[in-house]
Amino acid sequence: MAEAPGLIEARELTKRFGDKVAVDHLSFTVEPGKVTGFLGPNGAGKSTTMRLITGLDRPDGGTATIGGLAYAQLSKPLTRVGALLEARGLHPGRSARNHLLFLAQTQDIRASRVDEVLDLVGLSEVANKRAGGFSLGMTQRLGIAAAMLGDPPVLLLDEPGNGLDPEGIRWVRTFMRQLAGEGRTVFVSSHLMSEMAVTADHLVVIGRGKLIADSSTEEFIERSSERSVLVRSPDLGRLRELIADEGGVVKTTGEDGVMVVTGLPAPRIGELAAGASLVLHELTPQLPSLEEAFMELTADSVEYGEKSRS
Amino acid sequence: MSTAGLVTSEWTKIRSVRSTLWSLLAFVVVAIGFSTLVASVISNNWDNPGRHPEHATLLTDPTSVIFGAGFGIGQLAICVLGVIVISSEYSTGAIRSSLLAVPRRIPMLAAKAGVFAVLDAVVSAITVFAVFFISTAILRSHVSVTLSQPGVTRAVLGGILYLTVLGLFALAVGGLIRHTAGAIATVIALVLVVPPLISLIPGTIANHIHGYLPTVAGQLVAQTSQQPADVLSPWQGFGVFCLWTAVLLAACGWLLLRRDA
Repeated sequence: MAEAPGLIEARELTKRFGDKVAVDHLSFTVEPGKVTGFLGPNGAGKSTTMRLITGLDRPDGGTATIGGLAYAQLSKPLTRVGALLEARGLHPGRSARNHLLFLAQTQDIRASRVDEVLDLVGLSEVANKRAGGFSLGMTQRLGIAAAMLGDPPVLLLDEPGNGLDPEGIRWVRTFMRQLAGEGRTVFVSSHLMSEMAVTADHLVVIGRGKLIADSSTEEFIERSSERSVLVRSPDLGRLRELIADEGGVVKTTGEDGVMVVTGLPAPRIGELAAGASLVLHELTPQLPSLEEAFMELTADSVEYGEKSRS
Repeated sequence: MSTAGLVTSEWTKIRSVRSTLWSLLAFVVVAIGFSTLVASVISNNWDNPGRHPEHATLLTDPTSVIFGAGFGIGQLAICVLGVIVISSEYSTGAIRSSLLAVPRRIPMLAAKAGVFAVLDAVVSAITVFAVFFISTAILRSHVSVTLSQPGVTRAVLGGILYLTVLGLFALAVGGLIRHTAGAIATVIALVLVVPPLISLIPGTIANHIHGYLPTVAGQLVAQTSQQPADVLSPWQGFGVFCLWTAVLLAACGWLLLRRDA
């Protein structure tokens, strides 16, 4: 038990479905106190990885541990790991309360905790309604309630924003930040980069079951895309020559008096302009969006874009 | 993880879906309804001319006549409930929630089987005794059947045991096949279709195969007396039925551990 209880570790995790390798020697760690985004295009193997970590699927190779233990070795696992999986895990004829109650009973969790988590996700009023009549968003909230039932130090959330309205998505985002702030491990999968850019501290990116990147969100954006600088000036022609002399590459945007420079940092462009007494109206370093960075990185590994199908 | 917690959890699961109530209600209504109907018809036609083979059977093997009609059909409701207790977890995806909570899986299956067996036994006991006392009361003016007669108490208790193990047999098939419709069709084929088909084949080998079929063997314990065609004694037959069920449950557990959920 040398490891922190909140540490998720995947080592050489591999899963095949017939000929198809869904998860391919995947290794990464997820640390407590952060929101770690698990990114990849649809079909990259995110859900399968989540299922391997929670023991629902058996790996063909490798191991996944939580605090150094395989999921099946955890006693009262719901008090150690809360999981919201992508596929629904509800009997439609059972009420929300009874769904949570039977889960609580397996872990010897007091029944009053059921009402607490129903309240937490805002489902108290429909607690005794059959879950089959719930909207996608309500079903998702019930799944989050189930994940929070054991007040676990680790949360695995597979596309938690699915089916939620914008208000619900904002709620989930705040909620995840809050959980990480409390020192919990939050591992959340998404295929939406924009969502992760504002939520995740750290990113694990996969494509076709393989690890593509494992770094902080900032680092991921910086490293994977070239930075560019937007320049607005009435003297573009003269400036363009100076920049080209220094080795910068200039692209025009179509807008008059605006160009985008890559290969030169903004301060250097400012110095060049000042040296030649040229007027600048704007000099803005542009952060590439996570979306672009992601597209660039996973361009080779998009499942449906595969060129050579065998 | 405590056994008490697992058992309460499975009880919560089984009581919180409507299919449980409807299946058990169908079982009780069909079993009591058909038995009462058959007993009444026999009673009303007692003095009519013609052959009445059931009159002779009522003297030698009264429980087979009394239980035959109602439970022959009523038992299908137990089969359906046994299957859906587990297959509905797969069809709805609830199995994922269940296994996240009990990742070692076998304790979940054991608790589920245990809780369902007790529920099945209690409802079967009530129904079997109700059918026995209603039918014997209707037939009393023609033939006296009491629990003190040789073999009758064993046959009545045997009926309860048979229906209990039948539920577990269906549960095991449900857990093996995991699809509700396929599993129900399989169980009904094994209970209703295969035995009469095998019995059509002449010869002693076919007769023995027929005698060892799960429900053919299992029903012997609910008979008052041994019949000429029986290849097993009542308790041997029940033992064979239990063995079939145990093997299927073991296979169900083994696959539960091995298959992805």
